[in-house]
Amino acid sequence: MNAASKGTNDLRAIADDVLAQALRAGATDAEAVVYEGEEFSAMVRLGQVETLKESGSRAVGLRVFLGQRVASTSSSDLSAEGLTRLVSGAVDLARITSEDPFAGLPEANEFGAIPADQHLYFEDVKEQPPADRIEIARRCEAAAMAYDTRIQNSGGGHYDTATSHKILVNSRGFAGEYRRSYCGFYASPIAVDESGGMQRSYWHSSARSTRLLESPEAIGQEAARRALRRVGARRVKTQRAPVVFAPVIARSLVANIFSAAEGDAVYRNASFLAGRLGEQIAGANVTVIDDGTLVFDHEGIRAGGFGTSPFDGEGLPTRRTVLVERGVLTNYVLNTYTARKLGMRSTGNASRGLAGNPGTGAGNFYLEPGTQTPQQILDDVPSGLYVTEVMGFGVNLVTGDYSQGASGMWIENGELAYPVEEITIAGNLKEMFRNISAIGNDLEFRSSSAAPTLRIDGMTIAGE
Amino acid sequence: MTTHTGDHKRYFIDRLGVSERLMERCLGEALSAGGDYADLYFESVTSTSLGMDESLVKTASQGISVGCGIRVVSGERTGYAYTDDLSQERLLRAARTAALIASGPAKQQMSGFRQAEAARELYPVAGAASDAEIAAKLQLIQRADAAARAFDSRIVQVRAGFNDELRRILVAASDGTFASDTQPLARLNVFVIAKDATSTARGSSGGGGRVTLDFFTGDKSPEHYAREAARTALLQLGAMDAPAGEMEVVLGPGWPGVLLHEAVGHGLEADFNRKKTSAFAGLVGQQVASSKVTVVDNGLMPNRRGSINMDDEGNPTQETVLIENGILRGYLSDKLSARLMGMPNTGSGRRESYHHIPMPRMTNTYMLNGDDMPEDIIRSVKRGLYAVNFGGGQVDITNGKFVFSASEAYLIEDGKVTAPVKGATLIGNGPEALKYVSMVGNDLALDEGIGTCGKAGQSVPVGVGMPTIKLDKMTVGGTGHSA
Repeated sequence: MNAASKGTNDLRAIADDVLAQALRAGATDAEAVVYEGEEFSAMVRLGQVETLKESGSRAVGLRVFLGQRVASTSSSDLSAEGLTRLVSGAVDLARITSEDPFAGLPEANEFGAIPADQHLYFEDVKEQPPADRIEIARRCEAAAMAYDTRIQNSGGGHYDTATSHKILVNSRGFAGEYRRSYCGFYASPIAVDESGGMQRSYWHSSARSTRLLESPEAIGQEAARRALRRVGARRVKTQRAPVVFAPVIARSLVANIFSAAEGDAVYRNASFLAGRLGEQIAGANVTVIDDGTLVFDHEGIRAGGFGTSPFDGEGLPTRRTVLVERGVLTNYVLNTYTARKLGMRSTGNASRGLAGNPGTGAGNFYLEPGTQTPQQILDDVPSGLYVTEVMGFGVNLVTGDYSQGASGMWIENGELAYPVEEITIAGNLKEMFRNISAIGNDLEFRSSSAAPTLRIDGMTIAGE
Repeated sequence: MTTHTGDHKRYFIDRLGVSERLMERCLGEALSAGGDYADLYFESVTSTSLGMDESLVKTASQGISVGCGIRVVSGERTGYAYTDDLSQERLLRAARTAALIASGPAKQQMSGFRQAEAARELYPVAGAASDAEIAAKLQLIQRADAAARAFDSRIVQVRAGFNDELRRILVAASDGTFASDTQPLARLNVFVIAKDATSTARGSSGGGGRVTLDFFTGDKSPEHYAREAARTALLQLGAMDAPAGEMEVVLGPGWPGVLLHEAVGHGLEADFNRKKTSAFAGLVGQQVASSKVTVVDNGLMPNRRGSINMDDEGNPTQETVLIENGILRGYLSDKLSARLMGMPNTGSGRRESYHHIPMPRMTNTYMLNGDDMPEDIIRSVKRGLYAVNFGGGQVDITNGKFVFSASEAYLIEDGKVTAPVKGATLIGNGPEALKYVSMVGNDLALDEGIGTCGKAGQSVPVGVGMPTIKLDKMTVGGTGHSA
């Protein structure tokens, strides 16, 4: 289906119209965002197509200022009447909010967009026939199911695509737009042991272009290996031991740094990193970077990262920001508002949904790799935990307290000896970042954030 | 509570111009390629969000979302498409897209809609929070802000938020279903930061439901939630490390019922059991909990956040017994799983919005009262953890492992509640954990009405509840030495 799409010019015209109406209605400044997206998803289970979903949608968001007061509205109704209601609603709402000396659009000289082509949109994603997409999901699941006789059930093979078009305009002269494409697939096979116990895992490939996707068979087989290695998992005794985080989990720890460095948490004192600028918050081996401009070269095909965009949610050019350099906290993650609150400059990390004030969002966010191979890191562990999954909401960014459910493999003399589950790992992020005793060389961007294998000492493992 | 079922429909027919005739045409188009069943889900949601931070009203936003999702089922296959444009052309186009899941000649024709049964009225429509003056809503968060700051000089930051929405839905299906509802929802939240010379801590509280603004008076006042948030933050300032390892655990009444939501609730959703991907698959009739445990899912509690007059497939909701005296009795089902599994439809088909395909979900899930006095339960514990409030939880339904993270907990020493401890995650195995329930209190309470459940990328409002219970063993994920 070619989704409900007016042309690009119409979308831009809607944004301009909303902006002009807002100013006529008394707004002293205004910002409009128009979003159009199309999505497709297919799920194949045990070889049969189980669900197919295909649709498109559009929506508009408006933020208005009455001096230092601000309010916002959003709507999926793009009719003339709907847009008028959007504008009057926002202006009425702004009257009831408080004067905030820090509120306001960015200064005109801050606006801009990365001029170079960031290779964010590939037409092949949209053009790919549904039958081809279903076939990828089917092949991926089939490869997982065929990998081992213990793979006996499946959460399915999935293939999703999405394309989006975003337009941002404001009354201080910024106008920008970009399109992005995404495609990805995964399988989630279930392995069954002799006693009927089940373990599920998954593996995926995602890209901006269909040409950059990995082989469905390779992904399906890796998903099967990951499910199989959980079979027969047991618990371990409560103890302190080194914990080695697989990249997919190390990434979540790095995301905790990002969240703790977000300006709104910092100015509210709701972060353990508040007031720590310039201080050593991690070992000298730790450097953490956010880069909204990354473009990767995949054997000649250039494609922007999943966190790449030409401008942020307020119309500032994206950039590369070093947050932690050799263990020293060098910057926070800032949008215009939080930068003003902290007396700093925006890092171009404003995120903009349809409604509400801008938040902060990551570009491509990562911890720089070290030199050791993952196996070398394991070799140094006589007895410890290799974590491949964490569960729960036990991360407190105010205090840094960390307590999460975990599963993975037990390490004995550098070897992954047996699977473990139903245990927790706990510590405090302030100490955990100082206790990163090994960093792998295996940094790979499979999503917008990435981290190599990390070893952290001094954590408590709770089990039997 | 004066609105009748017809009024819910009239919104779509009169205001949005979608006639019954057009709905029948869309269903006919949806089944044109041979599907067994099709439904149209019309939805209109208006929402308001107000936020106070640093004693300033910094956030005010309103949103409108209108659209229709069209589903076609053919055997075990589901095709889905949606549109945010309710014109005839776009609706028919979405119907044709969804129809592609089936392949063959049309098998059946639409033969008119059934007259809807008398509608339930579990919540107000006229006068719901969404209708209230915005000034009245603002006053709630201003009062919460003031009360939290006044509570103690160590409260250094306060954020208060008020969110409400009015969701109108209409379901028209090829099986004759023609049902509609209007679902109000409101929520007040308070977050605070407390700081003393040596440490910083957070506290939060909140409440709400499908209510009018009158709900936030008396013992549910903004001041109540503000004091609760402040109290928990101050308590955390002096908290010691939580213990680590297996120990006796006492869970307080109310929100700790999130244990049930994670340990058994998700595992009993019929879709996972139809596919046999749940650790509970095939366990109906078997002992999955101690004989003191009876757990129900009840969508019929007036004004509750998790309650709904009908589900998002147009079926009436009900009270469903999941576990009775420790024996697994049944699953939560929607139309698809009820048909494919040959089981009753429990009215559990829910979805986040018209962008989403419905699936079996919980409503208000709780454990019924037992005979024990809460103080006797505490007294029976030599050394253990007493957890009275939790953040979120999560479950791997395939291996049954679940976690839930305590935000307010204390040590129990020699039968007495002693020092507060820091938050910690508790972990267990769903089909096993409730077998260790040795005492069940007589003080059943439901949560305050701010819970949201996520499944496969879809969020829906839910409730949980429980009396005080004792688990003879559970693993506590602290950093301190074993209790």
